Amino acid sequence: MTKKYDTIVIGAGMSGLAAAIRLAMFGKKVCILEKHFLTGGLNSYYKRGKRKFDVGLHAMTNFVPKGTKRKPLTKLLKQLRIPWDALELSEQKSSLIQFPSEKLMFTNDFEVFRTEIAQKFPHEIDNFNKFVQYIEEFNEVALDNKTYMAKDVAKKFIKDSQLIEMIFCPLLIYGSAWENDMDFSQFVIMFKSIYLEGFCRPNGGVRTILNLLMDKYEAVGGELIFKAEVVKVIHSGDKVKGVELKDGTILECDKVISSMGHPETMAVTQESPTITNEKSPAVGPLSFCESIACLDKKPTDFGFDHTIVFYNESDTYNYRKPETLFDHTSAVACFPNNFQHDDDFVEGEGIARITYMANYKLWKELERKVYLEHKNDLFEKSIETIKRIAPGFDANILFKDVFTPTTIERYTGHFEGTVYGSTDKLRDGRTSIEGLYLCGTDQGFLGIVGAMLSGISMANLHGLME
Amino acid sequence: MTAQDVRQIVVDIIADIAVDDDVTTIDDATPLREQLDLDSMDFLDIVMELKKRHKVEVPQEDYPQLATMNSCVEYLTPKF
Ligand SMILES: Cc1cc2nc3c(=O)[nH]c(=O)nc-3n(C[C@H](O)[C@H](O)[C@H](O)COP(=O)(O)OP(=O)(O)OC[C@H]3O[C@@H](n4cnc5c(N)ncnc54)[C@H](O)[C@@H]3O)c2cc1C
Repeated sequence: MTKKYDTIVIGAGMSGLAAAIRLAMFGKKVCILEKHFLTGGLNSYYKRGKRKFDVGLHAMTNFVPKGTKRKPLTKLLKQLRIPWDALELSEQKSSLIQFPSEKLMFTNDFEVFRTEIAQKFPHEIDNFNKFVQYIEEFNEVALDNKTYMAKDVAKKFIKDSQLIEMIFCPLLIYGSAWENDMDFSQFVIMFKSIYLEGFCRPNGGVRTILNLLMDKYEAVGGELIFKAEVVKVIHSGDKVKGVELKDGTILECDKVISSMGHPETMAVTQESPTITNEKSPAVGPLSFCESIACLDKKPTDFGFDHTIVFYNESDTYNYRKPETLFDHTSAVACFPNNFQHDDDFVEGEGIARITYMANYKLWKELERKVYLEHKNDLFEKSIETIKRIAPGFDANILFKDVFTPTTIERYTGHFEGTVYGSTDKLRDGRTSIEGLYLCGTDQGFLGIVGAMLSGISMANLHGLME
Repeated sequence: MTAQDVRQIVVDIIADIAVDDDVTTIDDATPLREQLDLDSMDFLDIVMELKKRHKVEVPQEDYPQLATMNSCVEYLTPKF
């Protein structure tokens, strides 16, 4: 006998967990199906010996102090009924956008960024201020916003292309599914979440967030099945009936909310999931690789204070799929010890994480042995990048780990290891099949905070407000 | 149920929704939105909690009746 659910949520990442909590909170019969044996998705965690690692977390965006009203972070905590203090947030010290001919520092105090721009681009400060005002007044989360490109809008305000490149750099690499540009609504989301709000880290990293979500989900009585890969969304007459798992189990439901991604979800609605055609949603071009280095000292021991550095070796920022395995001329370097509190890492050790843009197809083609060699090369290059960013670097490497686009694909199921999803977003979450909705990255809100907000708003809209 | 009981029911619901707000200082005549961190999504939560906990239904056209604590109590008391 099969049980019937009101809603099945595919994926126990940030968006799926948030969506399921909302539904179960109001008495819906909900089940999350997760193909992995852990929660988190793109933001999961693992352990090597005594060392704990986060997969994705560099920083949580959208930091606002406790009690700040109507901001994404406080909104989502309230919707999930999680107190602000439970996250034990620690703010960044400072971050840097480092280009050959200029550097711009920013912190969680927006005036620092404004002052930097006034000093380094004095001819543009009035334009910048007008642009910021325009951004502040824009409603980026309206679900009916049209898609148009952000650089066109920015150029109406700012003339100096160097400044535009520098402002866009962190926002693109932390959240654009498009090459070299992004949808304007997405730009505004990212601008607010990074520059106007800011970076922070929960004490304990991503585990803290996931534990809170799991505790909440259990408390409201939701079900979760691990190692449950959905291979088919069953529908008839274009209406959802249920899902089929890899082991053949069939679960019935009225609605499915999927966080798999847009092309990934549509693929399992077809008779033969491997067939994609010109009508299939686009698979985003961007993927990344990352090196994690455990060091025998903390970054401050070699004179380095910044939390995150957006580093680029040319004055134009080329955000695109590289034609090589990875592009080491442009990187994000994250030093998690350089948040205000630094007490949940192994005593005396430091961590550096270097992210490069990467080409999925080239990694995918490699044979095992060559793949491993290239991973080693990637790690060596990452250390050279750290030395250019932090000239005083003199630490020894105690442990290293590297992941590539194929790692991302393997663990999260996102086609071609995309992190920011498809360029075909479905803002209101509706698909062509009645009762099948998207949440998460391909609904249009991404990052840790964005994904949770996406889950909440899709659950409210499609699960609770009928 | 007395008006005082209904007020307490609403306060309890708000306390669970706005976990970081202080509900002991609510001024009954001032709009709740102005005193607490509540937006339209949260008002929906209040309505859903009323239904879940007390089987009290508030149709959408009546949401404005929930603006202040006084108007909540006045509107909801006959429904209990
Ligand atoms: C390297 C890296 C660094 C990042 N850094 C940051 C950062 O510093 N700050 C930040 O805010 N964000 C960061 N992100 C982005 C953030 O992790 C994502 O935007 C967010 O986690 C997306 O959540 P989601 O719920 O939309 O999707 P996902 O996390 O991808 O969740 C989808 C879930 O669905 C499951 N699934 C897929 N297919 C199936 C199936 N067929 N059946 C069952 N389950 C399935 C997957 O296993 C997964 O658990 C980073 C991501 C990466 C990869």
